[in-house]
Amino acid sequence: MGKPTGFKEIPRKTVPYRDAGERLNDYYEIFTEPPEEHLRKQGARCMDCGVPFCQSATGCPIDNLIPEWNDLVYNGRWREALDRLHKTNNFPEFTGRVCPAPCEGACVLGITDPPVTIKNIENAIIDRAFSEGWVKASPPPTRTGKRVAVIGSGPAGLSAAAQLNKAGHNVTVFERADRIGGLLMYGIPNMKLDKGVVERRLNILREEGVEFVVNADVGNQESPNYVDPKKLHDEYDAVLLATGATRPNDLPIPGRGLDGVHFAMQFLTGNTKSMLDSQHADEKYISAKDLDVVVIGGGDTGTDCIGTSLRHGCKSLVNFELLPKPPDERAADNPWPQWPRIYRADYGHQEAAHKWGDDPRVYCIMSKEFVGDENGRVAGIRTIQVEWVKDHQGKWKLNELPDTDKFWPAQLVLLAMGFKGPEQYLIESLGVTADPRTNYQATFGQYATSVPKVYACGDCRRGQSLVVWAINEGRGAARQIDIFLMGSSDLPAPG
Amino acid sequence: MPIEFENNLPVKSGLYDPQFEHDSCGVAFIAHIKGERSHSIVRDALEALENMDHRGACGCEPNTGDGAGIMTGIPDKLMRDEAQRLFKTELPADGKYAIAQVFLPRDEKDRQTCKALLEKNCREQKMKVFGWRPVPTDSKGADIGPTALSREPVIEQLFVAAGEKVDRTTFCRQLYIARKSTFHAVRRSDVKEKSFYYVASFSSRVITYKGQLTAGQVPLYFKDLQDVRYASHLAMVHSRFSTNTFPSWERAQPMRFMSHNGEINTLRGNINWMMAREGQLESELFGDELQKLRPITDLSTSDSGVFDNVLELLLLGGRSLPEAVMMMIPEAWQNHESMSDTKRAFYEYFSCMMEPWDGPASVVFTDGRYIGAVLDRNGLRPSRYYLTTDDRVIMASEVGVIDVEPAKVREKGRLQPGRMFLVDFEAGRLIPDEEIKQEIATHRPYASWLRNQRIELKELSVPPDAHSFTPETLLARTQAFGFTGETLQFMLIPLVNEKRDPIGSMGNDSSLAVLSDQPRLIYDYFKQLFAQVTNPPIDSIREEVIMSLECYIGPEKNLLTTTEEHCHRLLVPHPILSNEELAAVKHLDHRGWKSKTIDITWPRVEGKEGLKPALEKICQEAEQAIADGFSLVVLSDRNAGPDRIAISALLAIGAVHHHLIRQAKRTQIGLVIETGEAREVHHHCLLVGFGADAINPYLAFESLWQAQREGLLPADYDDHKITHAYLKAVAKGMLKVMSKMGISTLQSYKGAQIFEAVGLNSDVVDLCFRGTASRLQGVGLEVLAEEAVRRHEIGYPQRGQSRLPVLPNPGEFHWRAEGERHMWDPQSISELQVAARTGDADAYWRFANHTNEQSTKLCTLRGLLKFKTKDGQGIPIAEVEPASEIVKRFCTGAMSYGSISAEAHESLAIAMNRIGGKSNTGEGGEDPERFKRLPNGDSKRSAIKQVASGRFGVTINYLTNADELQIKMAQGAKPGEGGELPGHKVDEVIARTRYSTPGVGLISPPPHHDIYSIEDLKQLIHDLKNANPSSRVSVKLVSEVGVGTIASGVAKAYADHILISGDSGGTGASPITSIKHAGLPWELGIAETHQTLVMNDLRSRVTLQTDGQIKTGRDVVIGAILGAEEIGFATAPLITMGCIMMRKCHLNTCPVGIATQDPVLRQKFQGKPEHVVNYLFMVAEEARQIMASLGVRTFNELIGRVDFLEPETAITHWKAKGLDLSPILAPAQKSNPDVGVYRTKGQDHGLEKALDNELITRCRKAIEKREKVSFEVPIHNINRTVGTTLSHEIARRWGEELLPDNTIHIKFNGSAGQSFGAFLAKGVTLEIEGDANDYVGKGLSGGRIIVYPSRFSPFIPEDNILVGNVCLYGATSGQAFFRGRAAERFCVRNSGAKTVIEGVGDHGCEYMTGGRVVILGETGRNFAAGMSGGIAYVWDVKKTFLARCNLGTVGLERVESDQDIGELYNLLTLHHAYTKSTVALHILERWPESVVEFVKVMPTDYKRVLQERARHDEEVEARVHGVSAKG
Repeated sequence: MGKPTGFKEIPRKTVPYRDAGERLNDYYEIFTEPPEEHLRKQGARCMDCGVPFCQSATGCPIDNLIPEWNDLVYNGRWREALDRLHKTNNFPEFTGRVCPAPCEGACVLGITDPPVTIKNIENAIIDRAFSEGWVKASPPPTRTGKRVAVIGSGPAGLSAAAQLNKAGHNVTVFERADRIGGLLMYGIPNMKLDKGVVERRLNILREEGVEFVVNADVGNQESPNYVDPKKLHDEYDAVLLATGATRPNDLPIPGRGLDGVHFAMQFLTGNTKSMLDSQHADEKYISAKDLDVVVIGGGDTGTDCIGTSLRHGCKSLVNFELLPKPPDERAADNPWPQWPRIYRADYGHQEAAHKWGDDPRVYCIMSKEFVGDENGRVAGIRTIQVEWVKDHQGKWKLNELPDTDKFWPAQLVLLAMGFKGPEQYLIESLGVTADPRTNYQATFGQYATSVPKVYACGDCRRGQSLVVWAINEGRGAARQIDIFLMGSSDLPAPG
Repeated sequence: MPIEFENNLPVKSGLYDPQFEHDSCGVAFIAHIKGERSHSIVRDALEALENMDHRGACGCEPNTGDGAGIMTGIPDKLMRDEAQRLFKTELPADGKYAIAQVFLPRDEKDRQTCKALLEKNCREQKMKVFGWRPVPTDSKGADIGPTALSREPVIEQLFVAAGEKVDRTTFCRQLYIARKSTFHAVRRSDVKEKSFYYVASFSSRVITYKGQLTAGQVPLYFKDLQDVRYASHLAMVHSRFSTNTFPSWERAQPMRFMSHNGEINTLRGNINWMMAREGQLESELFGDELQKLRPITDLSTSDSGVFDNVLELLLLGGRSLPEAVMMMIPEAWQNHESMSDTKRAFYEYFSCMMEPWDGPASVVFTDGRYIGAVLDRNGLRPSRYYLTTDDRVIMASEVGVIDVEPAKVREKGRLQPGRMFLVDFEAGRLIPDEEIKQEIATHRPYASWLRNQRIELKELSVPPDAHSFTPETLLARTQAFGFTGETLQFMLIPLVNEKRDPIGSMGNDSSLAVLSDQPRLIYDYFKQLFAQVTNPPIDSIREEVIMSLECYIGPEKNLLTTTEEHCHRLLVPHPILSNEELAAVKHLDHRGWKSKTIDITWPRVEGKEGLKPALEKICQEAEQAIADGFSLVVLSDRNAGPDRIAISALLAIGAVHHHLIRQAKRTQIGLVIETGEAREVHHHCLLVGFGADAINPYLAFESLWQAQREGLLPADYDDHKITHAYLKAVAKGMLKVMSKMGISTLQSYKGAQIFEAVGLNSDVVDLCFRGTASRLQGVGLEVLAEEAVRRHEIGYPQRGQSRLPVLPNPGEFHWRAEGERHMWDPQSISELQVAARTGDADAYWRFANHTNEQSTKLCTLRGLLKFKTKDGQGIPIAEVEPASEIVKRFCTGAMSYGSISAEAHESLAIAMNRIGGKSNTGEGGEDPERFKRLPNGDSKRSAIKQVASGRFGVTINYLTNADELQIKMAQGAKPGEGGELPGHKVDEVIARTRYSTPGVGLISPPPHHDIYSIEDLKQLIHDLKNANPSSRVSVKLVSEVGVGTIASGVAKAYADHILISGDSGGTGASPITSIKHAGLPWELGIAETHQTLVMNDLRSRVTLQTDGQIKTGRDVVIGAILGAEEIGFATAPLITMGCIMMRKCHLNTCPVGIATQDPVLRQKFQGKPEHVVNYLFMVAEEARQIMASLGVRTFNELIGRVDFLEPETAITHWKAKGLDLSPILAPAQKSNPDVGVYRTKGQDHGLEKALDNELITRCRKAIEKREKVSFEVPIHNINRTVGTTLSHEIARRWGEELLPDNTIHIKFNGSAGQSFGAFLAKGVTLEIEGDANDYVGKGLSGGRIIVYPSRFSPFIPEDNILVGNVCLYGATSGQAFFRGRAAERFCVRNSGAKTVIEGVGDHGCEYMTGGRVVILGETGRNFAAGMSGGIAYVWDVKKTFLARCNLGTVGLERVESDQDIGELYNLLTLHHAYTKSTVALHILERWPESVVEFVKVMPTDYKRVLQERARHDEEVEARVHGVSAKG
């Protein structure tokens, strides 16, 4: 398969991003389009493992048939590669762009060499498929007459909807925002996931017969767009909760109430909506222009805040991370095929470095207080350095280091420290049981909540996670619902 | 518990099944060509018998033999006197009376009943009955052992006379009918001891004295034989080596017409076909009395007995003895380059009547008028003869079995493959093979009959649209027939691209079919059986000359007549039919032949209940087709589609085939299959193995055609070319599967059922696969139907929307997240690596728990067992023996240096030496540097030195530096197959350790060429024990049904240690067919072996070991409980060192530096000995915990304690719930309570009797002080393996250096026993005046061997056989000079010896990789097959050589270069000097003109490498010159 000696002969080369200096001036995608020869060569590096760890528990959660399509790409059989890809993944164009690629962390080649550029190849297959016109709506030939309501239109809800529709059920997706897509639409900035790409897929789903209802805030009685969940429960044969984990973690330190301290999602959502509505002309977004920005939290959302702030034209930018800087190579307690906890520079960090010469991240730093100005606006943050030590039980413990106080000027502070669970109003109105972490309680693989015919999947069930896990659960829940409705199911599902 | 018996063998119990008993032996006869009777012939034959004692065996008691006997002409004088004495009557003239030698019940009443029945039947045949003579026997004087005594019958002789005017042949037939009908009557009677009744012979010419005796006991027990009045013109003797030790008097040989040394591999098929033929038997000679003979074959007897039954029928049905033998054991005529057309026509004609009884065989047959012998087509048994000047002929498995004055020897010869040797006493002469066959072949106009009657495929007309390709529906159809992505990727596409069965690597670690969640094809439930020990596998590639796929199909005629119409049958050259051929067959209406197509699908609406009635229906339809006069039936699943489900073609063919056998109608019709299901080689083998005459795999063709259109196959392949390539590859693959079992023709493979089922219940087996072993029961028709329905659903889903647009990939070969379960999955691999690297016990437990759970989640049989503990049974763990003791029982698997890198190989050795376990060299030899200890105390020396068929690097020094010598009979991943190391993997170092040339590919033959049977193995064990008396000798077997029986034979052959490998063991490269479908799980193998050895009271003599994907302490303890004292690990240690189951070993691209020789990749190796050590200690700790919970303190206490295990009761799996594990858990039966259940005593190797003890004493000065010694001693055939222990003593003192040339010179006079000069060390010269047996100079390690005939013998040396088979096998260096000819397989796998000989038999220089061979005479066929190195010079004065040389890997050249001429001249000069050869002198005298008469045989690969090297040297030279010029 592929080229048996490819991995020996060809070095890893990822598809480059656009030049940082250029891309900072727009909101277009950061990606470039790779030449086919590049992909063929990279595909040739796949070793067609007897035990492909890219599919393992530490690899791809949706069991993408990675060795198969690597080989097909190497052999130029793109069309068949698409079929293989769609077999396990409803939305490769999303994962191909935004997934952190645990598959690459688990890649066997990674034991001794840099892993195969799996994510690039995935993305190239689906982009090519769209440009060739191979991705077409294929509505189910017959309908079962069963109706399913899906609440939430993020990756979990969409993949479930796609699968249920494929099985012939009538699916309606309810979204509280004004656009379909959830996190895909408003959570991830355009330069990482072009909204046209999202729309393109939504159109296919629409053509296939999935119905979408926007501005439908199911269960939130305070909302003007309130939809009664009990009614849905009565009218539909099954209800799937896929509302995501949208309640952000807060930082309750002095000064939290100051103006200019925002949750990252407010910042990102506003920015994307304004861009889509008016190319930012309506100015209905939080601007970082000419401000000193501090982003608290070193995850993907933090990176997105950095990238967006830079595009706004911020004056300076610092990114706080409570944890220590990860090592450049795997630590002894982090062996292959675990996800490598190593230092990486994502697009936002690269862009900041391009602009100011340095990575904007500061490690082992803890915010103690937001300091405001006379107008009640934030003016800066007081911090202290911390160290991490293991206690006598071997658990990590955090110590504040004396005499390391520091003041950071900031007129915009973005909190990107992760999420708790879903909004709680559905729990109350539908009467579903919550787990101790405030998620909807449902067993992985079963997805049934405590209320008959109500299912839950994605971040609202498992807590915040990756897009690819959302797809995993959406597909799994669809299969369970299909079994519930029909007695058996031919829908494939991982797990 | 006492052991119960039936038909003189223990009844089936646990995993022991008497039907798998094997035997083999020594056979000889002495006869006076002119028919002159004498007592001396009898006496000499008995002496010969005793001198072949080493070829027979005895069991747990030295005085209970496996059986021995003698057949002679009726001693007229003695019997006449006796008749006078007892019956007061004068017997009629010689030939007019007959004597029955009868074994009778001991119970008086039973005995009288039997006797009365026989008398009655004789009278019915108009005979006159004189009376009974008790045969004088003396069990005390003969010291018969208690086991034999326990079943000793009463032996009496019945004297009868022919009726008035009855001619001789009629009389013979009457005797036959009387005997047969009495036998059937006794069987039907209520006689309690009926199994005692047996007629050893009943003839007017010959009589057989035999019993469960040792060779030496025969004359002592039967006093008649000592009587000087006992005179005969012939005496045939036989000494049996049976794998069991159960008393069985009647299984001793000779049989009634023959003695057999060897084994019939195709027996099951032969029996079935004979049963089928009985329906058509008719004979004018027998008339209605034919009924009395039925059934013809006695199923309670051995393979030889069945053969004898059929031979007898043919003979008494009117055929001559030579003709009958030629029918049953034909020569390899299909590919014979020089056979006459008449003879070929004869064989071809008779192939329309009967399939060959295939297998290694030396059959000696006689009816009193003729005595003769014939060898199987491949010459796999030795048969040597002397003709003397006083008209005696002495033929035996060995020469020298009786002393013959050299001056009286007129001729020394050997029987050649497929050739017959016949003495006609009436004509008073020996008839040469050519003459007999010419006469028989021209007896009738066979060639013109064939021309008139034969129908050929190509003459049938092909209807239009026969091509039949419908791509639109292809995907759905392939899905419904269970095709997967892997089917195309791993099987079909490589099959066409590489034109052979595709190769893979590592072991099979996925679920057994019966334990799998996936709907598996029924083919997956079957495991291919293979030859090990009791018969050899064949090399279907290098020995292609004996293989054939050609068959006649369609209605057969009456076996007992010979008419032109008998060959009115359809000739099918290849069992796979193209779509065009199939269409022609389906529309057949030609020369009276018509075919009927029977639909083998059932309506989907009937669901899984529809299968059974559908099967019944097609059986009825097939039977009706016969009644309706059709000649062929086509079973077709073409109607499968959305609404119809296909019956598996295998179920269909099995059901129809067995139905028709039961009706005795099978031979009246041909069965052709048209199926979408079959695609892999394994599938085709099964279909043919269960009775299909031809197969059309239309969906395999269509898939490939489609694949080509999609660009998966080369653009220049059209449909026709693809079909052709597929046919070729399948043919090659099928030949290989057949050859694994030692079967060479498809005709005899057909219906031979060489498979074992795992997980099918007896309803299915009885219906479709009758006679096939399925020891654990399992799924029935209903589950098979359910699987079919589920598969069908994939292609034609009820809810059409969910159809996959591509083939599914269930991960059968490569692990897939959603697919088939594999034992090695990402979690087990990564946890194990963490545990081994860090010594982290938690990680180990995560690994072990996950693995044990995987195992219990239905991957393995052991997973279905659980430990049975009671309250209070446990003990504190501190009382259990320490882990450091347990790890000493651990070994690592045999992985050769070459298959894995030096780094990996040495790490394993160091690790095992650190813990006191044992690592295994594998078959690649070992660098002597590794025998020295390292400064830090570590040692890279492998404790186990493997001796495999390639004998790479097996020198006396290698053997001397071992704690265990392991004879690899088979390998779990590819039992019955050899191996190949491609040239690009053979680098300098590997070439050095393997004694070969860098860059030249190496082949390990499928068989050990010195082991074609159990007594040969016994000889090799003896050789190795002599080569290193302090090392234990181990035999590695692979689990299959009957392995326990084989193991008891191995124990009786004096192995110290037996390893039973499971089918899941790894490999560096093997056909995927074999990895997946050959061999059985070790749980079955070790349990069967333990049970059988205990039953035979042989268990206490041997240590048992098992291996095959053993990973955890739980596995270890279960292994011990089922019978293993030692445990092997291979894959798991590799994983600790970094292996991640890439399954790319065969591609040399292992990315972690283990299974590769690529220097770049080897640098990536990160394994360390401590990883292995950590792991094994953790395994031992886990085992200790289990032992503590069971209350067991030492490992030995676990052995055989099956009461500690019980089947998991909670099995609800839809398939596994039908399994019955009780045979595995059956306690071993003991003949008495004292029988040991683990090794408590050693084997008696009898080394004190060896001639070498004397030689060593006399060579003391040379061995110790390197002083010259020379002397002369007599030698006999019982002096085996002479010079080997002497060489060991030299190697022990001097290592690789050994002694200076000719330090020791010993001259022997007489006939040397087998393995003369085996592994002879440098510095020793052995010289024989006389002759020698098989294996002269095997493994020659630098010594010199000189053999020439006695100076008193009158014959011409170069025309006579001097040495036996397989001389210089695996020789690594040294010289050998032979003044005379060798038999078959001279210099096989020679890698360095230089030798001169004056003629060789077939397969000379096969697989040779080095050395020089000069042949001053003719060679046999297939010379130089697979030869990859060294040079042979053949003096081809008769210009016959070209046709006999296999040009596959060699080229023929003139001897021109000065170097060649000089070398040849030197060797000839030495030959003349040492042997006084007149041939050499004659050539040398005409030198240099005689040089042109030589042909140089040059391996092409070797030549290329030599040229490259010369070029390289020149370049280096030039560079050096350049530099020095500048300097």
